[in-house]
Amino acid sequence: MEAQTNTEKNGTQMSEKNTTTPSSLSDVAAKRAEAKVAGTTPLGTGLEARGVHAWFDKHHALADVSLDFSAGTVTALIGPSGCGKSTFIRTLNRMHEFIPDTSMAGQVLLDGKDIYEPGIDVTKIRLQIGMVFQKPNPFPSMTIGENVLSGLKLAQLKVSNQEELLEECLVRAGLWNEVKDRLGAHAGGLSGGQQQRLCIARALAVKPKVLLMDEPCSALDPGSTLRIEETISQLSKSMTIVIVTHNMQQAARVSDYTAFFLSDGGPGQMIEVGPTNEIFSRPRDERTENYVTGRFG
Amino acid sequence: MSITDTKPTRPWAASPRDRALTASSVLLSVAITVAIVLATPMKGKLAYFFVFLITWLIIDSLYVVRKFGAKGVRDALAAKLTLYGAVVVSMAVFSILWATVDEGIAGLNLAFVTENMRNASFFDPIGKGGVLHAIIGTLELIIISIIIAVPMGILTALYLTEIKGKAAGFIQFLVQAMSGVPSVVAGLFIYAAIILNTPLRASAFLGGLALSILMIPTVTRTAQEVLNLVPRDLREAGLAMGATQWKTVALVVLPAARSGLITATILGVARIAGETAPLLFTVGVFDGYNFNPFVGGTGTLPTVIWAGLGAGTPEAAQRAWSAILILLIVVLIMFVLARTVGSRQFKKK
Amino acid sequence: MSIDAPAKVIPQARKITTKPRVSDQIFRAVVTGFSFSALVILALIAAFLLLKGFSTLREQGFGFITNYEWNVTLDESGKEIADFGLQAMLIGTMVISLIAVVIAVPLSVLTALFLTFYAPERVKRILVTIVDLMAAFPSILYGLWGLFILMPMAVYWAELLHKWLSWIPLFDVPQPVFTRSPFIAGLVLAVMIIPIITSVSREVFAQTPLDRVQAAYALGATKWGVIKAVVLPFGANGVVGGSMLGLGRAFGETVAVYFVLNIVFRANFEILFSQGGNVASMIVLKFGEAGETEIGALMAAGLVLFFLTLIVNFIANAVVNRTVKSGR
Repeated sequence: MEAQTNTEKNGTQMSEKNTTTPSSLSDVAAKRAEAKVAGTTPLGTGLEARGVHAWFDKHHALADVSLDFSAGTVTALIGPSGCGKSTFIRTLNRMHEFIPDTSMAGQVLLDGKDIYEPGIDVTKIRLQIGMVFQKPNPFPSMTIGENVLSGLKLAQLKVSNQEELLEECLVRAGLWNEVKDRLGAHAGGLSGGQQQRLCIARALAVKPKVLLMDEPCSALDPGSTLRIEETISQLSKSMTIVIVTHNMQQAARVSDYTAFFLSDGGPGQMIEVGPTNEIFSRPRDERTENYVTGRFG
Repeated sequence: MSITDTKPTRPWAASPRDRALTASSVLLSVAITVAIVLATPMKGKLAYFFVFLITWLIIDSLYVVRKFGAKGVRDALAAKLTLYGAVVVSMAVFSILWATVDEGIAGLNLAFVTENMRNASFFDPIGKGGVLHAIIGTLELIIISIIIAVPMGILTALYLTEIKGKAAGFIQFLVQAMSGVPSVVAGLFIYAAIILNTPLRASAFLGGLALSILMIPTVTRTAQEVLNLVPRDLREAGLAMGATQWKTVALVVLPAARSGLITATILGVARIAGETAPLLFTVGVFDGYNFNPFVGGTGTLPTVIWAGLGAGTPEAAQRAWSAILILLIVVLIMFVLARTVGSRQFKKK
Repeated sequence: MSIDAPAKVIPQARKITTKPRVSDQIFRAVVTGFSFSALVILALIAAFLLLKGFSTLREQGFGFITNYEWNVTLDESGKEIADFGLQAMLIGTMVISLIAVVIAVPLSVLTALFLTFYAPERVKRILVTIVDLMAAFPSILYGLWGLFILMPMAVYWAELLHKWLSWIPLFDVPQPVFTRSPFIAGLVLAVMIIPIITSVSREVFAQTPLDRVQAAYALGATKWGVIKAVVLPFGANGVVGGSMLGLGRAFGETVAVYFVLNIVFRANFEILFSQGGNVASMIVLKFGEAGETEIGALMAAGLVLFFLTLIVNFIANAVVNRTVKSGR
C-alpha cells in the first residue's frame, strides 16, 4: 500500500514535468509489481554476470557489464539499437563465440559456477540456459512434435514419457490447444506467432533453469505478442528469464527488473538497473530518464 | 579505468592442457600402431597410415567419453572422420603431383623440348627426339579453340545477363546440357559431320572445333558469373546518357568485366588443354612440325602420351611421363593465372 | 463533409514500348543467334551420330542395347555379317561408375563438411586450392597415374579383399588376375569425380540457414548434432545432385578407363577380376581398325552414350537447382 501511494505520487509528479507517457508506463509496472507472487520453490541462485566485456575482432562492443539475475525473476534489457544488448545476452549462453574472431572477458556464473571455465562441456551449459530468437526458427524438416522433442534428441537425453513432456511443454508455451490434433504436421505450416510459441516449447523441453529471449516478439503481430507475454509471466514462476526488448511497454508489462544499456559511440555499457516500476517512474540516471521518456532512441 | 585495462580472452579456445591431451593421444596411437604393424604380416607405409587412423580414432574416443559422454564421442568421431576424408583426398592429389614430377623429370633434357619425333621412334632411348612438335601442336589447338569458343561463350553469356530474353531459361538449360557432353562424343561428332562428309581431313582445325564444343560451356558459365557481378549502376549510367544497349555493353560492361572474362578464357583453356579422346578422331598422331592448321595432322601433347603408352616400352613410358609433366606445367600455369587474374577482378570491386 | 466521395477510376497500365535503334536490333539478333548455337550444336551432334549410326540401329533394332556380341565377320561370299550389342559395355559403364560413386561420395561429403565446419581459415584456403586443382588435371594424367602408381597398391588391396571377402560373389574371381579390373577403374574414376561432388556439396552446406544452425546450438547440440539435424537434411538434395553430376562424368570418361581397364566384351560383376569395359573407351578401342560398318556401329554407340549422359546431367541439374530454390 505504501509503495502504491508513493508510486502514484511520483507518477503525478512526473506527469507534471513531461507530457509523454512515463506515468502510464510506471502504472503498468507498478500493477505488475503488485500482481507478482513471489516464487515459493528454491530455484537456485540464478545467473550472474560479473564484469563482462565482449569484442568483435578489435572492436570493443560491450564493457564491464555486471548484472545479477535472481532465480524466478524476469529481467528486461532495454536501450537503443546497437548498444550491445544482443551481444550481452549471447555471452550468457556462450553463443557469442560462434562468430569468428570474437573474444570476451569477465565471468558468467550459473548457480555460482563460471560457465566459461576451461574444460567445461559447453553443450551442457546450453541445456541449462536456453534461448529463443528474434525470428522464429523451427526445424522445417521435422513435424511439430519432433520439433518440441528435438532438444532431447540432440542432447541424447532419455525421458520416460515423451508424450507427457510434449504436452506439458506445449501447454506451458500456450500452444497445446491449437496443435494437439496435428502434432504430425510439418512445422512450416504454422503462423509466425505459433512458430515462436513452438520454439518456446522446444526450448522448455530440455528443462532449462534460465530462458534467454532476444526480442522474441519483434517479428510478431500484437495478438501473438500478448499471448507470448502471458506465457512469459507463467514461466517466470519456475525459471529465470532475461528478455531483450525494444518495446518499453512490453518491458513494463512483463519484467520485474529492467536494465538500461547505452553506447556513447564507444563500447556499450549498462547504465542502470533496478525494479521495473522504479526505472520507469524515478530513474536515477539522467540518460535513463531521457530514454524512457522518449526524448531519444 | 577497468574498461581499458581488461584484456580480451577466448576461454573457449583450446587451452594448453587440451593441446597436451591431444598430443598424448596421438603419441600413444603412434606407439600402438607401430606395435600392431610389426606384430602382424601387414606391410608398407600405407599399412602404418591406415592402422594409425583407426587406432587414433579409438584412443581419442576413450579420452573423450570420460568427460563428455556418448554425445561427445559421436562429435569427436565426426570431427576425425571429416579430417580423415580431407587427408585421403589430399594424399591422392599429392601422389599424382609427386609421381608426375618424380617420373617426368628424368626424361627432361634439352633435346626433349627442342626436337620432334621425325627422326626418332618411341623405342629409342631418351635424348633422341623430343616433343617440340607436340608443344606447338597443343598451342595451335589452344589458339584455334580460343578463337572459336571464347566469342561464342561470351555472346551466350551476354544473352543470359544483358538481354535476358524469354528463352533465357532454355538457353541456360542447354548450356548445362552441353557441359555434360563426353569428350569422345565431341570427337566422334566432328568426325561424322566433317571428315565423313567433306573433303576436309584430320587437322588441327578440326581438333579445335571438337575442343570448342567442350570449352564453350565452361567459358559461358564463368563469363555469366562475372558479368552478373558488374554493378547495375554502371549499366544504368551508360543507358541514362542515351547510349544504345550495345554501346553500353561494349564500352562499359565488357571493360568492367575484362579480367573476369580473361579468367573465363583461361579456365576454358585449362579444361581442354589435356583432352585426348576428341583428338584421336580429329587430329591423329603425327611426328613432325606442321604449321598449317587446316591441312594435315599435327602432334599434340596428349596424343604423344597416348602413342607412347601404346608402344609399351620403358623408354616410351618415360617419354609419356615427361610429356605429361610439360602438360601439367601448362595446366598449372593456366590455373595460377586464372586465380591471380580472377582475384584482381574482385579486388577492384 | 460528405463521406461518399465518388469512386476513383484506376486507369489501366500503359504499355511501355521503344523503337530500338538499328544497331541495337543487330546487337540483339547477333547475341541471340549465337546463344542458340548451343541448341544447334547439340542438335547437330544428335543428328550426325544418328545419321551415321542409323543403319546399324535399324539392323540391330533394340538388340543394339541388349545384345552381347560385338564382332564383324565375313562369310564365304565376302559379305560382312555384323553383330553389335552394347549390353556388356553398358553394364560395364554402370559397374565402374557405381563403384566410383560409392567411393567418392563419402569422401567428398566428409571433405566438404571438413571445409565448411572444421577447417581453420588457412587450411581451408589450401585445401580448396587442392580440390580445384584436382578438377583441372587432364584425364590422361589420371590414366597414367592409375596405371603406374595406383595399380600396384590397388592390386594389393584387391588381393586382401579377395582373401577375406571372397565368400561374397562380388569379390570372388575365376582366376587370380587382379590387374586392370573394374575395381581399379572405379578407384581412378572416384578420384576424378571427387572435385565435382565436393564443390557442389560445399556450396550447399555453406548456404545452410544460419538461424536454424543457431537454434540447434542453443538447444545444447554438439557440432555433429547440428550437422546431422540441420545441415545434412538441408543439403541432401545438393549432395545427391552433385553425386549425379559426378556419375555423369564417370559415364563418359574415356582415356583414364582405357589405360586401367582390360576391355572384354562380357558383363563382369566380379569387380576384382581383370575384365570390364565402358562404352566410351570401347569406341576408342575399336575405332582404329574399324571398317565402314563398324564405324556406323560406333557412331550409334556414341549416340547412346550421348543420350545417357544428357539424361543423367539433366536430372542432376534439376535436383541441384531445386535445393537452391526451395531453401528447405
